[in-house]
Amino acid sequence: MADAAALTAHGVTDEGNTRFAASDVERRKLLVERIAASILGLVTCSLVLPLVGIMAVLIVKAMPVLSWAFLTQNPQKYMTAGGIWAPLVGTFYLVVLSLAVAAPIGILAGVYLNEYAGDNWGTRIVNMAVVNLAGVPSIVHALFGVGAFVLFAGMGRSVMAASCTLAIMTLPVIISSTREALAAVPQSFREACWNMGASRWQTIRTIVLPNAISGILTGVILQVSRAAGETAPILFTGAVFYVATPETGLASSLPYGLWDRCMALSYHLFTITTQVTGVSEGLSYATAVVLIGLVISVNLISIGFRVYLRGRKRW
Amino acid sequence: MAFRDLSVRYGAKQALDGVTLDVPRHSIFGIIGPANSGKTTLLKCINRTIDFATGVKLKGQVLVDGDDVLKMRNLYALRRRIGMVFPLPVGLPLSVYDNVAYAPRMAGITNRDELDTLVETCLRQAALWDEVKDRMGLLGTKLSGGQQQRLTIARALSHRPEILCLDEFSIAVDPVTTMKIEDVLVELKEKVTIILVTNLVQQAHRLADHVAFLNNSKLVEVGTCKHMFSETPRERLTFDYVRGHFG
Repeated sequence: MADAAALTAHGVTDEGNTRFAASDVERRKLLVERIAASILGLVTCSLVLPLVGIMAVLIVKAMPVLSWAFLTQNPQKYMTAGGIWAPLVGTFYLVVLSLAVAAPIGILAGVYLNEYAGDNWGTRIVNMAVVNLAGVPSIVHALFGVGAFVLFAGMGRSVMAASCTLAIMTLPVIISSTREALAAVPQSFREACWNMGASRWQTIRTIVLPNAISGILTGVILQVSRAAGETAPILFTGAVFYVATPETGLASSLPYGLWDRCMALSYHLFTITTQVTGVSEGLSYATAVVLIGLVISVNLISIGFRVYLRGRKRW
Repeated sequence: MAFRDLSVRYGAKQALDGVTLDVPRHSIFGIIGPANSGKTTLLKCINRTIDFATGVKLKGQVLVDGDDVLKMRNLYALRRRIGMVFPLPVGLPLSVYDNVAYAPRMAGITNRDELDTLVETCLRQAALWDEVKDRMGLLGTKLSGGQQQRLTIARALSHRPEILCLDEFSIAVDPVTTMKIEDVLVELKEKVTIILVTNLVQQAHRLADHVAFLNNSKLVEVGTCKHMFSETPRERLTFDYVRGHFG
C-alpha cells in the first residue's frame, strides 16, 4: 500500500497512466522484433537438420552390419564381406604419424612467428605462405606429395609418404591456431616479465606457453579429424585398394610398417562404394558411420578439453 | 643517473624533445606534467622497454652509473637493476608467492629459504604482506585491483633494483594504502633511487626531493621540490601548473 501511495504521489496511477503505454511506432517495433527473432532462430535451428539427417540415415542403414566383429575383422572376399580393421588401423597410423610430424613443426613455427618475429618483409612472406598453404586444394597437396615424398625423397608409396603429405596439409592450420592461442595471452604479462629482466624465452616458458597450451592442443586435436577424413592427399601417396594383413597375433593389431602401403577408412569407403561390385549397402554405410563417429568423437574430446581448461583459466 | 639531450620520436610524433636531467642518487625524483607530455616515455627509456614500441627513434643519452643505456647490449642485466611499476596493475597468472619470486628465480636464485625471506621482505615493503600472508598460493590475478598494484610493486622490488620507477602507482590504490606505500618509499630512498611519475601534484610535493615539470614533450623546469612549489619558480608555466591554474 505504501508503495502504491508513493507511486500516486509521483503522478503514477493505474488508470490514466499513459507514460508507459505503447505508441503505434513502438507496437510495430515490437512486432518486427518478434518476427526477426523467430526467423533468425528458425534458420539457426535448421542448421542442425543436415547433421541429424545424415546421422539418422547412416545409422539406420548401417544397423544390420554394425557389430564388434565388423570393427575387428579384416575385409574378406574381395571386400564384399568382413569388417574394416585394416583400414581403421591404417587411418590411425596416418593420423598419428602426420600429427607427429606437423604438430612440433607447426607449434614451434607459431611460437616463433608470434613471439619473436618482427614486422619485416621476411615475416610477411612466411605469413603469406602459411595463409596460401591453407588454401591449397587437397588434391594439389596430393600431387606435391607424390613429387616431394614419394619420388624425390624416395619414400615410395608408403605410410610415411602419405603421413608427410597430410602433415603439410594440416601444418598451416596448426600454425594459425597456435598463433591465435598465444595472442590470447595478454601482452601486459609479457611486458611485466621483461620489466623484471626475464628473457623472451623465460617469459614464453613460464608465462606464455602454460597459459596458451590449451588453445594450442585444441587446434592440434581438431586436425586429427581433418587428417582422418581426407582422401585425396593419401590417394597417390600411400593408400591402396587392398593390403593382405596378418589375421592373428601381434602383427594383426599393428599390421603396417612405416614403408608399407596401407588401407585407410576414407579411401576404403570410396572403393567399396564405387569400385567394387557386389558390396552390400550396409557395409558402405557402416564404414561411413565409423568414419563419422571417429571424427565426431575426436571433436567432442577437443570440446571437452577446451571446456575443462577454460574452467581453470587463470585471469 | 642522468638524461642527456634525450629525444624520442614515434614515427612522426615527437614524444620527448631534448630532455636533459640529472637524477641525484638515493632521493625521490618527481616528474609531473599533463597527459601526453612524455613522462611515461621517459621511464621506458631507462629500462629500454621503449624498444618494444614500433617505429621508435631515439637520440641522446640515458646514463645509469655513467653507462649509456641506449647503447647497452645486456638488457636483462640492465632491467634487473631497475624496478618498474606501470599504472595498470598486472598480476601474473601465478600464485602470489611465485609472482614475487619470479624475477629472483629467473635470475637463478633457487634456495628456498632465500626466496622465502625475499618474498616476505618485498611484500612487507609493498604493504601487502598482512593481507596475503595466509594465502600465498592464491593466484595473483584473483587479487583486487589495489592488491594487484601492490603486488606489482613487490615484484618490482624483488630483484633488488638500484633505481625504482613508479608511473602513477596510486591510480588503482585507495588513499590509505597510498599513504602506506608513500611511507615505504621514503624509507626506501636510503638505498634506492626513486623516480616518481605522478599526476597528483600534491604527491610530488609530499614525497619528492627534486621535481621536473614536463609539458608538450619538453622539460619546462627542474629544481628542488621547495623551489618548484615556491612562489617564485623560474617559469610562469610551472607556477600555474602546480597551483592548478594550468589549462
